[in-house]
Amino acid sequence: MRILEAQGLIGGYGAMDILKGVDLFAEAGRLGVVVGPNGAGKSTALKAVLGMLELRAGSITFEGESLGGLSTSARIARGIGAVPQNDNIFQGMTVLENLEMGGYLVESPLAPRIERMFAIFPPLAEKRRQPAGELSGGQRQMVAMARALMAEPRLLLLDEPTAGLSPAFRADIFARIRTITEEGVAVLMVEQNAREALAIADTGFVLAAGANRFTGSGAELVADPDVRAAFLGG
Amino acid sequence: MLAFVNFYLIPGVIVGSIYALGAVGVSLIFAILRFAHFAHGDLMTLGAYLALSLVAAAGLAPFLALPFAMAGAIVVALVVHRLFYAPLANRPTIVLLIASFGVALMLRSAIQLLWGVQVETYVQGIQRPLVFFDDLRIAERHIYIVLATVVAIVALHVFLTATRAGKAMRAVADQPELAELSGIDRKAVVRQVWVIGGGLAAMAGVFLGIDGELDPNMGWDLLLPVFAAALLGGIGRPYGAIAGGYVIGLAQELATYPWIGAEPLLSPGYKSAVAFALMVGLLLWRPQGLLRGREGT
Ligand SMILES: Nc1ncnc2c1ncn2[C@@H]1O[C@H](COP(=O)(O)OP(=O)(O)OP(=O)(O)O)[C@@H](O)[C@H]1O
Ligand SMILES: [Mg+2]
Repeated sequence: MRILEAQGLIGGYGAMDILKGVDLFAEAGRLGVVVGPNGAGKSTALKAVLGMLELRAGSITFEGESLGGLSTSARIARGIGAVPQNDNIFQGMTVLENLEMGGYLVESPLAPRIERMFAIFPPLAEKRRQPAGELSGGQRQMVAMARALMAEPRLLLLDEPTAGLSPAFRADIFARIRTITEEGVAVLMVEQNAREALAIADTGFVLAAGANRFTGSGAELVADPDVRAAFLGG
Repeated sequence: MLAFVNFYLIPGVIVGSIYALGAVGVSLIFAILRFAHFAHGDLMTLGAYLALSLVAAAGLAPFLALPFAMAGAIVVALVVHRLFYAPLANRPTIVLLIASFGVALMLRSAIQLLWGVQVETYVQGIQRPLVFFDDLRIAERHIYIVLATVVAIVALHVFLTATRAGKAMRAVADQPELAELSGIDRKAVVRQVWVIGGGLAAMAGVFLGIDGELDPNMGWDLLLPVFAAALLGGIGRPYGAIAGGYVIGLAQELATYPWIGAEPLLSPGYKSAVAFALMVGLLLWRPQGLLRGREGT
């Protein structure tokens, strides 16, 4: 089931359009991966879904209802979680406080959810009282994801969750993202490491210059000679 | 030795408390709204005069009038925000700074209009200090000022570290966009900042009046040391601002002690230059603030 359907997104930050017609979708229990060159508009497309961008045209529906006109916080309250590309943790706050902020809108007790996060990301458990800004790169990405997962979103948007990580850490983070997906969350992930990310993706979107170039299953895209030549380095 | 404690150390701690209470508000407002609030001194003055009215009309002791003065200053701070700052929320923050300058002038004029320009005091006549160990003289009001400041600082600490709203405030200061992505209501946080900032400003103003006298420029005149304290602590960091307040307060008083020979090291008339010198020196040497080690609160 398509939980998110974004069609014909056109818009930008000022007079110039960055998105020139982007289509995205996400399915429960499936991992969608968005790849493309720097400046293609990947982050901007996620911002559009989150209501952080003025759209000139296009429609976004979440669970069958239009998100048009809703504020960012209203979209979060609907069940969308997001990890931005930069500044994705509260550096001066402890790991535990980061998780608490992720659960800010949750009415029920947070303790069980926090324990669940420590089960998904065991390295965080012993760092719970440390300022998140003091953790290693990989652990910060874990904090960032755990914060977003605290509200138990049905759609999770991840913007380059492995940026700056070594290949070993990257594989580790990818494995955890697959686990989260298999638990039924719809995940839409922007990634620089296109080949590896598409290899674990159910659906892949290749964006360039603010528009979709290719859309298909991850395996199809990795096998496609045109995609390989233009975006995967041969 | 006791003269040093009675006439330099204790006054230093008292003005330090007053600066700290003012600087915390300046620092929190900067952390959330990203502008230097130039009307903060006049908010202090307002608090002092609101208490004066209660002292004069109802015969309340200044300390009992304090909660009402704080409530009044909070209401004014919230209204000022709504009328003058909120409409400028999407403009560059320098516009807010200039607006706060205008608010400062308006508040001061209103105070002059309502209460007059003459110097006032809460209590007439000489107040005898309590005497400990034969020579240690501490005025009762000074004990109350220090105790109340400590209570306010502890309460603020508990708020910021142990309550949902306080943590949300730190989150907005830390990463405003991520706070929004966590569903934190920024408007509510901004209101709470004015409640804390306005309340503590009134407290500082009332203490300033208790410690000396009231005049319509009393808060404005304090803006320099209060801003110096906030900067010293690394602007936007409330704990730093508290420490900064005490550093400036003590430095000002201790600079007038006759450290060498019998003359004051610095003539008392130049006290406020100490804050200025500290601030300039700091900006040249460590623009990020004295206590700032790494990113974050
Ligand atoms: N806040 C902003 N204001 C103005 N222009 C912006 C802003 N953010 C991004 N842009 C511009 O929009 C275009 C697309 O940026 P976007 O961040 O969406 O790219 P991206 O595909 O995520 O790239 P990267 O792989 O580098 O993260 C770029 O040309 C960028 O300069
Ligand atoms: Mg990006």
